[in-house]
Amino acid sequence: MLSIHGLRCVAGGKPVLQDITIDFAPGQLHVIVGPNGSGKSTFLKAFSGEWPIASGEVLYDGAALSVLDKTSLARRRAVMSQLPELHFPLRVEEIVLMGRYPHFAFEATRADHQICRAAMERLSITGLAGRDYLTLSGGERQRVQFARALAQIWDAPSAGCRYLFLDEPVSSLDIYYQHELLEVARELVREQVVLIAVLHDLNLAMQYAHRMLFLRQGILVAEGPVPEVVKPELIREVFQIDARLLPDPEGRRPAIVYGQTDQFPAARG
Amino acid sequence: MENKFVLYYRVLGIGLALSLVVSARVGAVPISFDHIGLFLKHALGFGRGDGPPTIEEQLFLQIRLPRVLLCALTGAALSVSGVLMQALFRNPIVEPGLVGTSSGAAFGAAFVFVMGRTLTGAWADILGPWLLPLFAFAGGAVATGLVYRLSNVFGKINVNTLLLAGIAVNALAAGGTGFFSYIARDPQARSIVFWNLGTLSGADWHNTALVAVTTGGGILLALRYTKALNALMLGETEAGYLGVRTRRLKTHILFVNTLMVAVATSVVGVIAFVGLVVPHILRLLGSSDNRFLVIASALLGAILLNFADMLARIIVAPSEFPIGVLTAFAGAPVFLYLLIRANRKQQQGGFYA
Repeated sequence: MLSIHGLRCVAGGKPVLQDITIDFAPGQLHVIVGPNGSGKSTFLKAFSGEWPIASGEVLYDGAALSVLDKTSLARRRAVMSQLPELHFPLRVEEIVLMGRYPHFAFEATRADHQICRAAMERLSITGLAGRDYLTLSGGERQRVQFARALAQIWDAPSAGCRYLFLDEPVSSLDIYYQHELLEVARELVREQVVLIAVLHDLNLAMQYAHRMLFLRQGILVAEGPVPEVVKPELIREVFQIDARLLPDPEGRRPAIVYGQTDQFPAARG
Repeated sequence: MENKFVLYYRVLGIGLALSLVVSARVGAVPISFDHIGLFLKHALGFGRGDGPPTIEEQLFLQIRLPRVLLCALTGAALSVSGVLMQALFRNPIVEPGLVGTSSGAAFGAAFVFVMGRTLTGAWADILGPWLLPLFAFAGGAVATGLVYRLSNVFGKINVNTLLLAGIAVNALAAGGTGFFSYIARDPQARSIVFWNLGTLSGADWHNTALVAVTTGGGILLALRYTKALNALMLGETEAGYLGVRTRRLKTHILFVNTLMVAVATSVVGVIAFVGLVVPHILRLLGSSDNRFLVIASALLGAILLNFADMLARIIVAPSEFPIGVLTAFAGAPVFLYLLIRANRKQQQGGFYA
């Protein structure tokens, strides 16, 4: 369980996150949405410990982030950021193995290598193992980074939850791999991982999230279970755009369509 | 992959042994391999004859041997520091000469050469022999820290700022060194060539032992950080998520780099581009794993600087060519090549793409 109480963050003298209080429970896929610059990434970095917190507290299984040992936290908490840049040639398998760095001192064990192979298999990137990361496409890189995060929290720790935070994990992926990645995320949720993802596509969020958080200008505007929390008025308030919810004929969650209803009048005749 | 690394280590190890022996042989006075073996045996206390050692033996033991060892150690120190700085700045065009460590250390050393004599009393007695490495270290640390601070904007290294900050700090330190060498009485400190282009002619057992301690210690320390430095390749935030205490890591890496380079520089002067070329050659073998780079750079750096020094001793024998000229001839084109490639590949996001 990740608990956040009265979290405030500041950048350049201005508040970027204001008084956020929320609990993230295991077994639920939490998706954070919001317009550009609403503080989604900052929020994720703040409760991950890579952005200074002005006030408030972040608790992992009841233990304050500020007193947790960074390495032992890294054994059960992985974060996938928006694509990191790399200036050196590295093979894909070397990058995935970095996910096991918190788990071994000097030499990776056979188990570490097995976990990396399994993680790559799960993301269907085994064929890329020997490739130079810098020669990969954006989508391939994203799957490699996800495999690294997966390898990092592959096995359950002796105590406490596992945590996986994803910052726009599907931004470079085609439709097929978007769903593959989120399917893997759903499986992890079933294994009681505390899973928090930042997504841009509201429809994708609707389809996979258990709960959604709407951020706007650093304020948590709404939070709740999907689909109850998602309303056209809320989307209008947060994203400044008209939206309608179309019910799914097969009874699944509704789809969102945007824009004025009379923008594209039906063809006559 | 591990096996491939071991193979590289073996080849480089044999290469280093060969380069040491060959380098000990050539010079103004060539010494035959038979004699080298004999002298080494004598030095270790076996089969020493009755008479006093010959001039050739003295030359070998007091001048040639420490010089060859100092050269190997300096090559290793500069190359490993190159790896460390490249990892820290996350950029393959960085080396201790570029980020100010060498020139800052030279400034500190020149200061001691000129002003050290004015220290009197208890201070001079206590600090005396440690003054030179201490001030070289301080100078190198300040210069490197300054360049790092200037080029690190919001957690990202700006390459343009880095290069310009390096030029500015190097110019400042070189100016200071020039000033001291101008007012100096000490013949070595007076030699502007020594400070700018380096020379190993000042090698003796005392300074060789000093450089051996800092280089050996530095490499061992560097090996402890290779995993964290690998993680740092993904960026500071990512490394943090992998459990690396990035701020502490950076301080330690700057310390280790400065320790190795400053002490070596205070003894041999500024030798540029070694730290750039050696890791670059090794990366061409297909891995940027910092553990491989640290071990292999120590070996290859020692080999290459040995050959450079050998060349410096023979091309204008019995006089001596400045070794820094040779490393600059070999290193500057590599630097330019990396820079051009960096410019071309900037759009694609990587130097080795």
